[in-house]
Amino acid sequence: MADTLFQKVWNAHAVRTLPSGQTQLFVGLHLVHEVTTPQAFDMLRQHGWRVAFPERTFATVDHIVPTSTQQRPFLDVMAEEMTAALERNCRDAGINLWAPDSEDQGIVHVIGPELGLTQPAMTIACGDSHTSTHGALGAVAFGIGTSQVRDVLASQCLALDPLKVRRIEVDGRLGRGVYAKDVILTIIRRLGVQGGVGYAYEYGGATIDAMSIDERMTICNMSIEGGARIGYINPDETTFAFLRGRRYAPKGDAFDRAVKWWRGMASDAGAPYDDRVAFDAAAIEPTVTWGINPGQSVAVSEPIAADPHDEALAFMGFRPGARVAGTRIDVAFIGSCTNGRLSDLEEAARVVRGRRVAPHVKALIVPGSQAVRRAAEARGLHETFIDAGFEWRGAGCSMCLGMNTDRLEGRQVSASSSNRNFKGRQGSPTGRTLLMSPAMVAAAAIAGEVVDVREMLDPVPA
Amino acid sequence: MSHQPSAISHVEGRGLPLRGDDIDTDRIMPARFLRAVSFEGLERHLFEDDRAADPQHPFNDRRYEGASIVIVNANFGCGSSREHAPQGLSRFGIRAVVGESFSEIFQGNAAMLGMPCFAVDRDAAAKLQALVEAAPDTAIAADVAAGRITAGGLAIEASLPPPLRDAFLSGQWNPTAMLLDRFDDVRAVAARLPYIRGF
Repeated sequence: MADTLFQKVWNAHAVRTLPSGQTQLFVGLHLVHEVTTPQAFDMLRQHGWRVAFPERTFATVDHIVPTSTQQRPFLDVMAEEMTAALERNCRDAGINLWAPDSEDQGIVHVIGPELGLTQPAMTIACGDSHTSTHGALGAVAFGIGTSQVRDVLASQCLALDPLKVRRIEVDGRLGRGVYAKDVILTIIRRLGVQGGVGYAYEYGGATIDAMSIDERMTICNMSIEGGARIGYINPDETTFAFLRGRRYAPKGDAFDRAVKWWRGMASDAGAPYDDRVAFDAAAIEPTVTWGINPGQSVAVSEPIAADPHDEALAFMGFRPGARVAGTRIDVAFIGSCTNGRLSDLEEAARVVRGRRVAPHVKALIVPGSQAVRRAAEARGLHETFIDAGFEWRGAGCSMCLGMNTDRLEGRQVSASSSNRNFKGRQGSPTGRTLLMSPAMVAAAAIAGEVVDVREMLDPVPA
Repeated sequence: MSHQPSAISHVEGRGLPLRGDDIDTDRIMPARFLRAVSFEGLERHLFEDDRAADPQHPFNDRRYEGASIVIVNANFGCGSSREHAPQGLSRFGIRAVVGESFSEIFQGNAAMLGMPCFAVDRDAAAKLQALVEAAPDTAIAADVAAGRITAGGLAIEASLPPPLRDAFLSGQWNPTAMLLDRFDDVRAVAARLPYIRGF
């Protein structure tokens, strides 16, 4: 019987049907960070429960960690308290923790794949909605709340309902200056911020097939912004090549056996989907958000089409029919679990090389992990950025969300490679976020305003 | 061992109308209040930035003091999975949310706290909001089994996803004990998964 990857993974991990009618689903990999777990560990202690599978649980510190200096104890007292709580909880439970003093620390959705922890056909849970990122490796990965974190710690299981599967085909060739970020913003724009509620999104088609794992992670990362808790791409040769040699990936003969199993878990030809939509990659342009949710986006040169009374326009300071191109920015932020990987930094560096950040712009680059940072430095990317006037930071979630010392102030406008532009998201209630690709952020940093990055890229050699 | 929560078959109380689609969890509970190791005190920070920007915000409005049912529009609770958002609502005294639609993660998190999110059609949500704005003292009754909300002269069809509805009715909306019940079955699944066995 032809099945989707989602169905196969669901069947392989289903323990039983619960009295409530929900499925008890085994979680193959539980990723933990400092914000959504302290209360969960407390609940375990209160009830006398132990962590069921500490060997399938891995932790890091990312949301509240400062990126300017990571010396302990942190000056930020709350950050220090939360980090210390996680250290205690992990030590007591025998859970592997990559704390700031570890070389492997970073944003949880960057280090999971980096270390080869994330693998095809696993179920993966984490107390963070961008857990969908790991679907790029063909995992069924989803965000959970703190009480569910408690459930996974105590039982390595969740009570869940199955989802429908929507197949999203992207075919055709992406234009110059158009990236994975533009593709997912376009998908969300068309399907809407609630379009995916009740669905897992399976992305495929020639454009997706041609993407690297980093690009696939950008796509899957923002599935939740479209309402889809789960987003995945079937594992293929690109996936297997990515995993080969990574620390937690199987080795030798075991790797070959793994590849065989992974291939078998991919969606079958002829698998039934609840819905299908198709996108033409060639029609996608550099895209920016203009509003207060990730669905409110527009091509950089296209006029904003919105109801003149839309509160989003008033809040952001745009008139209907205006173009986002030409909007002055105060802050440029490249980083986050969406676009904080080595390839993202390389795309940004291509735009920045030989140019300088506009004098009025505060520009920061936050590598997604310490490993990304080291790899970037080995290639001299940090010099390119520092010479241009960017701040070169340590690894963490940073300015994606206002939970650490990196925040907008007042009505500042940021060009940001992150994933959410909700009111107040970047730490100031009146701050304004424009989401775009890392190359577009780099271009805006240089120009001091949003511009079409294609004007700044070298022409393709004949 | 664990405290077994009791069945939730109906929620009664006064309403608080919160108009607007796509109210996200960053607004319900701004990120800076997630910098904590416990959920205590979260009720003080509910909608903190929205309320500071708007003195007329429904959560500032004394007419709705003591209300336990929030009435919303579409895609309520979208965005981050932060449980701090429904925790804030619950600790504030909210016992149910009624609206056109909800983020899945939010609805699930709220259910874990014993807070049903009832879906009603678009017009019904707006009618209920208008009714409560006109008469804040109106008693609202939400029936989990019957899938119905009554308020003033209104009787509205309201639905919960069947597994959540059953969970509320059977008192099993906090599933940890249930998940631990047959742990041998869990071990058996783990033992069969190739990646757990190391291929």
